[in-house]
Amino acid sequence: MSAAIEVQAVEKRFGNVRIIQDLNLSVAKGERHAVIGPNGAGKSTTFNLISGHIAPTSGEIRLNGEVISGLRPFEINRRGLSRSFQVTNVFARMTVWENVRCAVLWATGHRYAFWKNVDELPEVRRRTAEILEDIHLFHRRDIPAGLLTYAEQRELEIGITIAGGADVILLDEPTAGMSHAETERAVALIRRLTEGRTLVIVEHDMSVVFGLADRISVLVYGRVIASGTPEEIRGNPKVKEAYLGEEAH
Amino acid sequence: MLELIVISTLNGVLFGMLLFLLSSGLTVIFSMMGVLNFAHASFYMLGAFFGYQLTRWIGFWPALIIAPLLVGVVGMAVERYGLRATHKHGHVAELLLTFGLAFAIEEIVSMIWGKSPMDYRVPALLDFPAFTIFSTNYPAYKLFMLTVSVLIFLALLVVLKRTRIGLIVQAALTHPNMVAHLGHNVGRIFMLVFGVGSALAGVAGVIAGPALVTQSDMAALLGPILFVVIVFGGLGSLPGAFIASLVIGLVQTFAVALNGSLASAFGPLDPSLGPSVLSDIWNVTIAQIAPILPYVLLVLILIVRPLGLMGTRET
Amino acid sequence: MSDTATSAVDIKAQSRGQNLRFYGIWVIAAIVLIVLPMIFSSGGSLTSFSLIGISIIFALSYNILLGQTGLLSFGHAVHYGLGGFLAIHAMNAVIARGWSIPLPLIPLVGGVGGLAIAIVVGWVITKRAGTVFAMISLGIGELVASSSLILRSVFGGESGVTTNRTDLPQVFGWNFGPQIQIYYLIAFWLMISAIAMYALTRTPLGRICNAVRDNPERVEFIGYDPHVVRYLAYCFAGFFAGIAGGLSAINFEIANSAYLGAVQSGIVLFATFIGGTAYFFGPILGAILVTYLQLGLTSVTTVWQLYFGVIFIGIVMFAPGGIAGLLMMHRPLVRAGSLGLMIPAYLIALVPTVALACGVILAIEIIARQHLPADAQIINLLGIPFSATSPATWLTSVILIVGGYFVARLTWQRIADAWDRATTIARDRGYLA
Repeated sequence: MSAAIEVQAVEKRFGNVRIIQDLNLSVAKGERHAVIGPNGAGKSTTFNLISGHIAPTSGEIRLNGEVISGLRPFEINRRGLSRSFQVTNVFARMTVWENVRCAVLWATGHRYAFWKNVDELPEVRRRTAEILEDIHLFHRRDIPAGLLTYAEQRELEIGITIAGGADVILLDEPTAGMSHAETERAVALIRRLTEGRTLVIVEHDMSVVFGLADRISVLVYGRVIASGTPEEIRGNPKVKEAYLGEEAH
Repeated sequence: MLELIVISTLNGVLFGMLLFLLSSGLTVIFSMMGVLNFAHASFYMLGAFFGYQLTRWIGFWPALIIAPLLVGVVGMAVERYGLRATHKHGHVAELLLTFGLAFAIEEIVSMIWGKSPMDYRVPALLDFPAFTIFSTNYPAYKLFMLTVSVLIFLALLVVLKRTRIGLIVQAALTHPNMVAHLGHNVGRIFMLVFGVGSALAGVAGVIAGPALVTQSDMAALLGPILFVVIVFGGLGSLPGAFIASLVIGLVQTFAVALNGSLASAFGPLDPSLGPSVLSDIWNVTIAQIAPILPYVLLVLILIVRPLGLMGTRET
Repeated sequence: MSDTATSAVDIKAQSRGQNLRFYGIWVIAAIVLIVLPMIFSSGGSLTSFSLIGISIIFALSYNILLGQTGLLSFGHAVHYGLGGFLAIHAMNAVIARGWSIPLPLIPLVGGVGGLAIAIVVGWVITKRAGTVFAMISLGIGELVASSSLILRSVFGGESGVTTNRTDLPQVFGWNFGPQIQIYYLIAFWLMISAIAMYALTRTPLGRICNAVRDNPERVEFIGYDPHVVRYLAYCFAGFFAGIAGGLSAINFEIANSAYLGAVQSGIVLFATFIGGTAYFFGPILGAILVTYLQLGLTSVTTVWQLYFGVIFIGIVMFAPGGIAGLLMMHRPLVRAGSLGLMIPAYLIALVPTVALACGVILAIEIIARQHLPADAQIINLLGIPFSATSPATWLTSVILIVGGYFVARLTWQRIADAWDRATTIARDRGYLA
């Protein structure tokens, strides 16, 4: 069985600065995989590379066995990969309902249709309502997304990401800036919504990482220094030295 | 033919340098503030009209100094009382504000000075042929214009390389997001940059006024070409703006000087074909298509290099 | 947790209620269009209504770009103009060849013209959004306008191309000579176009256009290519602008290079923005106001364009939502019943604000008249004649501006305070987020 995501020898340079060097990462289907590492290690860049936001300088990225490096983000999305953003990135002037509905449209096959009434699409309406229920925002559906609270916007961000039904989900620090209670709620939400899908998550909160992930990869200076189960990572001396050790002080 | 090439090159470089006086200010303002100042050509027009009026009152030389300063003050006022209040509504609102201003300035100018061309003359001191090349007398005033624009160009280089504000501007050109971290005096820096940019446009107006036509539609005629220059060069790139200014300046000057058409090259069409699109194209002279050449270049560059000649920035 | 199935049904019922109200509005609009010329039947008002109808279609088409997709175009008149020219040539061809195409179908030809040019140039223009799109649209606009003067055989040079609309095949015994028949033709196409453009906002494409407007980057991560979305929006805008141009060609029986020019592009931008881009009816208000001002002001003042510019700058700075935005701001207050708090504040502010405006108008008119002959030196403001040359007028103007400004500033503060109170009430009662 091929991996859901396979990153092979990827390098990314901006001018002469090498942000990512010889990056190798493999995420099996159905796995919940966390990417951790100190600030500036290249975690967000890794997500940007996988999701097509930026193209790698060299190397290859595969999604379910198919090469996707060099494709545009929407082409990758259509092949079943969806991502969220670290900084909330919603459609601010549109209502919560419209936000989620727009994310449902492509996957339900309506694409650029200009001959269908968007309010008269039962499948779209059902899925939108389901997702809004899932992310606990159904009662807020008529509010412009820009007016939601921060935690609500983070939940909407997750909702937009999963709405298209992609089977590989990339979440970039979904709990950043949340209170303890909000974080717990968000983790439960993520666990439930990504059931049966592949999840890659960047996270700083170690309790979230060790509670959620099946496997963990540690990224330092644009390179994966260790990859394994939470127990293996916890016991890995290289990781302790390079990352956990620093954090522990 | 050689005569035409030499004269057109001189005129083309001159026009290009004038364009650069305008496009440099526009580029710096855009890089720092994210605002594309639609009214930039209007500041050029204000420079010409202020120059004309002050020349009548106190003579050309004082006008050369005072008129750009006045334009700079107008520019600073626009930044302080207009753009700063509009900033919170986003860049489109800012662009629209300057669009409305361009419209209003044209109306105000034609309201005060009328719609016909002004009698804005070359100062007597410079009203003589500088040299004769082949059979053409090259006016001293044009050499003066060239000198002024080259001097300003050099002064700008020095300011950019050697002063604190120059370093800030340079940093803003390469790292637009950095400007937000300038701290509390960012407002004053914006106002200053906007003022200097407007004043540069004003200088261009004062010196171009006597050589070209000083009239209330001069901003509307030059404005679109100016935007072609900065998009062609790549938004936010000063070297790009410089190259694009010269390219457009030369292309337009040469095109105006050339009188050839397909008809003169290959002989007239069979008259029995009658008037048609083909005959229009066949008979049009290069001089007649000069006004559309910048836009053709614009479309071509966007097909080949969507970011412009030297552009690196997405928006 | 509420049941998903029932909540989805709720939404369906809700949208059905909206639909009913929505059909009601369209029926009322149609009735108004039919009845209007029976109440105001003079030739002048028929001409005005015709022009307003055309500019409403044009402004609505512009708002597909600006309001729906967030694209600021400075060259929208290209589609209007080319639609007009194609319509004129089609009419002349119909006359010359004796085809049996009746006049009411000609606007569709205009639409095809506008669409055709959009299909050709749109792909390049919509590669980029934001400022670059604005500049490229300006460049394309200038390119087409200048080219039209070169291709004389198609565009007729300075004088343009003319036609005679009564020579086309007749339908229902109408020869479309009288203005009233043209009015109803325009009203018909206005209804069709407005309904079509409204329907477009409620399709998957229409909603994705909004998403591209709000956040083009994120759209790429939900499966859409923002370039394609912008391109499609551009084509629709071009099509409806072409219909407006075709109607204009029928109305005037001429198409000339002014149709495609920068002024035409600027005016549609003014109308749309002044009316308000965030609501569908905004551009309708804007088109009515701007066309009315254009017709009304030209006979009173020589500097009407300056007033346009000033109004536009005022809207951009103080009310970027336009007139529609200002009106809709009050909706929560109406629902919460706290609008009453605002009315006294508005009425008090009206007096000094009007005084200030009169002062500015006087000043503008005094300056505008300095080049005019002696018999044009009387400024008629609110029924009072002022002499533009008299120092007393100058003084009045200065007093009105300075005094008006200082008093008006106090009353504007009152409005702000009243607004705070009114919105607090609306928020408490749950009508405002």
